[in-house]
Amino acid sequence: MTAVVLADALGPRAKRRVRIATVVSAVVVALAVAVAIKRLADHDQLTAAKWRPLTEWGVIRFLLIGLGQTVKAAMAGMALAICVGVVMALGRLARTAAVRWLASAYVEFFRALPLLLLIFFAGFGLPRYGIRLSPFTSIVIALVIYNGAVLGEIFRAGILSLERGQTEAAYALGMSYWQAMFLVVVPQAARRMIPSIVSQLVTLLKDTSLGYVISYDELLRRSRQAGEFSANLLQSVTAAAVLYIAVNFTLSRIARRLEVRQRRRYRAGAVRVAGVEDLTAVAVAADERINRPAQP
Amino acid sequence: MRVVLDNLSLYRDGLLTTIALTLLSFTAAFVIGMIIAAFRVSPIPPLRAVATAYVEVVRNTPLAVLFVLFFFGFTKVGIRYSAFTSAIIVLSAYTGAFIGETVRSGINTVAVGQAEAARALGLTFPQVLRLVILPQALRSVVAPLGNLFIALTKNSSLASIISVLELTEVADRVTTASAQPVAAFLGAGIGYLLLTLPAGVAFGVLERRVAIKR
Repeated sequence: MTAVVLADALGPRAKRRVRIATVVSAVVVALAVAVAIKRLADHDQLTAAKWRPLTEWGVIRFLLIGLGQTVKAAMAGMALAICVGVVMALGRLARTAAVRWLASAYVEFFRALPLLLLIFFAGFGLPRYGIRLSPFTSIVIALVIYNGAVLGEIFRAGILSLERGQTEAAYALGMSYWQAMFLVVVPQAARRMIPSIVSQLVTLLKDTSLGYVISYDELLRRSRQAGEFSANLLQSVTAAAVLYIAVNFTLSRIARRLEVRQRRRYRAGAVRVAGVEDLTAVAVAADERINRPAQP
Repeated sequence: MRVVLDNLSLYRDGLLTTIALTLLSFTAAFVIGMIIAAFRVSPIPPLRAVATAYVEVVRNTPLAVLFVLFFFGFTKVGIRYSAFTSAIIVLSAYTGAFIGETVRSGINTVAVGQAEAARALGLTFPQVLRLVILPQALRSVVAPLGNLFIALTKNSSLASIISVLELTEVADRVTTASAQPVAAFLGAGIGYLLLTLPAGVAFGVLERRVAIKR
């Protein structure tokens, strides 16, 4: 491809400099890879014995079941969190002050807490009160409480992003508050929120790996067990990482594509919710796509 | 809340560790992020490829996996650090990828004419970036950087996986010792609120202060 620096075509001298830098940096990268490989080899991490288990169907099946458990927790968590999120968003926009106040307190409080704290509480705290939950239930409850708050904020932003005229027109047609909300506002807002929901799903899917700390039988835990069984921890956990990357990469791409489309369609700004990194990342990726300077 | 008051010094130490983890990691992550962003917009293909691969791999791997991989996996190849240092390395490597993406999007919002003018004046690529583009780019990404800072504060809780005695680990230990989980966890929760709420306000103020008025 023609070298373009910040949308500025290069001259002959700069092109030569870029060529030299390309060669030098390629050599440096190759050296770094070589050092890493040598390090792995020196510590006997490249032997067939370490990697062969990962090609055995028994191990692959063991890990894939873990991935299935991860996806199961993510889907259950997401489905319920969306319900909680809708309730919270509507609560924060309600006409009754007490309801608004309660919903705001919930959202602001749980959004500011680390998910892991909630998971520890559900997994180790609740049993102290005689509430014994399975690891699956504990992780899902923690995911729902936390993501309900985050999604509540996302949905609220979506509802508020809708032009006032929509509600006003609904009222002019004689609809009640709830009719206007459910027949006019929510269906439109929901469509706009889809990219943010997908990017939050990436976060949630990654967060299921925290089930590891309360012995939920998911991918990370299983990869560690497989690693201890075959004495190849580094290789097994790497395999788990590859599985996570494959799933999340696909979801991130989908989220970005949807976000770009939504923004082109509605000229809406990005949704920002404090402390949610994937939402930020997808929003900036979409920004970049949209604002990318035209290549000459 | 008796248990929190009884263990106040433990909570104070936990809070300080969380603060230390957050600040040190954010500083390191900021440096990593700037390098990643510079690589991703540079005209040199190998650097772009390395930075892109780094961002995609790190961003799509759960932080817990990175913790386990680094702390328990890398010891197998002789890379061994204390739990606290490991936590900082992992947190800054993870957050660095996000900061890199954010800064890069900021770079793309700077008008093309700025880079063209700088090059017309004879500045080299690193100079263009350092003197002209980045100062303008960073101003436009204060809000997303604030989000990442708050996310990092919360993510520092994962250091408890490798037994770093920060707020979440303190809450867990106090629960084990006292059998009063609600108070124990609420104490830690308040600790996090003490960090994230002022951080949100501070980044808001910073955003207004550095905003480019056109």
